Amino acid sequence: QSTWGDFIAFRIMRVLVGVKRVVDYAVKVRVRPDKLGVETKNIKMSMNPFDEIAVEEAVRLKEKNLVSEIVVLSVGPKQCEETLRTAMAMGADRAIHVETDKELEPLGIAKIFRHVVKRESPNLVIVGKQGIDGDFSQTGQMLAGLLNWPQGTFASKLELDGAGKAATVTRETDLGMETLKIAVPAVVTCDLRLNEPRYATLPNIIKAKKKPLEKVDLQAVEGDLTPRITTLLVEEPPQRKAGIKVESVDELVEKLKSAGVLTK
Amino acid sequence: RRVHGGSFSTGVHMFARLRPLVRQRIPLNSYLQRRAYSVQPLTVLPEDEQMIRDQVQRFARERVAPFVPEMDKQSKLKPEILSECFQQGLMGIEIPHQYGGSGMSFMSACLVIEELAKVDASLSVCVDVQNTLVNNAITKYGSEEIRATYLPRLATDTVGSFCLSEAGSGSDAFALKTRAQEDGDHYVLNGSKCWITNAGEAGLYLVMANVDPSKGYKGITTFVVEKSNPGLSLGKKEDKLGIRASSTHEVVLTDCRVHKSRVLGQVGQGYKIAIETLNEGRIGIGAQMLGLAQGAFSYAVEYIHHRKQFGKPVAEFQGMQFAYAQAAADIEAARLLVYNAARLKQAGLPFVTEAAMAKLYASQVANKVAGQCVEWLGGVGFTRDFPVEKFFRDAKIGQIYEGTSNLQLVTIAKQISSHFK
Repeated sequence: QSTWGDFIAFRIMRVLVGVKRVVDYAVKVRVRPDKLGVETKNIKMSMNPFDEIAVEEAVRLKEKNLVSEIVVLSVGPKQCEETLRTAMAMGADRAIHVETDKELEPLGIAKIFRHVVKRESPNLVIVGKQGIDGDFSQTGQMLAGLLNWPQGTFASKLELDGAGKAATVTRETDLGMETLKIAVPAVVTCDLRLNEPRYATLPNIIKAKKKPLEKVDLQAVEGDLTPRITTLLVEEPPQRKAGIKVESVDELVEKLKSAGVLTK
Repeated sequence: RRVHGGSFSTGVHMFARLRPLVRQRIPLNSYLQRRAYSVQPLTVLPEDEQMIRDQVQRFARERVAPFVPEMDKQSKLKPEILSECFQQGLMGIEIPHQYGGSGMSFMSACLVIEELAKVDASLSVCVDVQNTLVNNAITKYGSEEIRATYLPRLATDTVGSFCLSEAGSGSDAFALKTRAQEDGDHYVLNGSKCWITNAGEAGLYLVMANVDPSKGYKGITTFVVEKSNPGLSLGKKEDKLGIRASSTHEVVLTDCRVHKSRVLGQVGQGYKIAIETLNEGRIGIGAQMLGLAQGAFSYAVEYIHHRKQFGKPVAEFQGMQFAYAQAAADIEAARLLVYNAARLKQAGLPFVTEAAMAKLYASQVANKVAGQCVEWLGGVGFTRDFPVEKFFRDAKIGQIYEGTSNLQLVTIAKQISSHFK
């Protein structure tokens, strides 16, 4: 039996979605000449694919009337505004941009998110499981730790109960699927099979231009954001050596035996 | 109307640009109002246009590309893909919001057409005819009743066709013979149109017919005819060299009764409507040819950087370098012509000559580059297993439809000569 309090909580169910501007997934990255990173100048950038999945999930929750407002957040240079507008064209209601050209690590990002969470009081934070540039897969988890909130990571299915008190998250792990029930507010990180993100339709792109995009000053964020990791070297993976062609099945079995792959 | 959101330019520039306008007697104050100068490069797009380009590029790559060979083989656009184009708002790009369209600019339409053509010229021409010919004619000339009835349908689920050409009137378009006989509060249409794009999928046809042949072209009138209208039928489907998935049919009118309220604009205004609509549609075809050239080029250039002969990628031979560098320069030139023509039109400035130049040049570049791409791929380029032969076949129509290259040259020459008359 839901109470009046539950009803109020449900009515202002707010989701904060984190989106990151990364090198487009289709681009063939090259190592920079200084070997300290990959070349990002004049390279196509897009929204992190896992973050698209996060935005899509939030929009679907809103379409099911389980969520009343979607706020989308990005930390990075001025061009992140494009990423935020794309998220709004997909269905987010408003955007927050913490503008900075500094390189930040997951812990720093998590602290910025914590600051925005305190400002916005969302009931749910949804982010992609990892950025395809850094592949850290840490920000969501660290944020949950900083906020002392439950977390449902690598989600392939997310259900919110109608009263907005709990969420059921099905997680993809190396050992199989795990289903958790977690109290809300919570942090959820999205995996590939959670959903298939929509394309922003042309009318929605126009509508997104009018949605609010506000700036939050990096200086206002509490905590030490200084990176603690120094990258020493970035290099390309070793060239794959050519394989050997075998003439017969017997020869194949011989080779597999001598490689110690067959036990008999 | 703001074009780039740039600020006003003053001084020499303004006067230099005013001269041709004064000759054409465009009132100064409305010119100043319409004009929003920008010193942005043509190829740098404002944020919303860049977003449209990115979204449509992804849509084309992920939702359309996998089905292109099949659609070409079967000479048919997949209904599911057309339906998705409607859902994405691609079939009503400039239709105002109040009629259910996307409410965007002409340049946005050109970008959509270009991005689709990088993947499939057939789908691109379908979207082009819908937006630049059918939707624009109805928006510009339709009565409130026609607009309110048809624009929402064109934006959401109805494909349109533009029926002007006949077996006996191609370049000489206004020698058309389809007759519209007045009969009470109807007109009865009789005749046969051919080379009609989208005819197989269309639910709506804009038919140009003559109500009074004694008046010559001044009798030509545009009629809005629904597919369900008795007396309208589809004839032969053309078996084409290229853009095979785009349906091209004869459209036959046999005692087709059309109510007078379905006249687009005024009786006798058909010539003006057709000419003006085609002047704009020309830029759309330029965008299609531009996308086609770019699509072929991007594929081939990547291939030649991987294909090795004589110990190195063929792209490293100087002969190849000269060839693909020249092709890139030609494509960029075509791009600037197309984009500038689109911006001129958006700014309400004269654009007819620039539009003709854009279509002429872009289609020539598309044909040249697509042909080269087949060569660069070598033997595999000549097979259906690789996409370049399709670009080569599709490019040819660019020099023929919506005004042959010779007719574009005539248009340009006329404009030049007009200064000496």
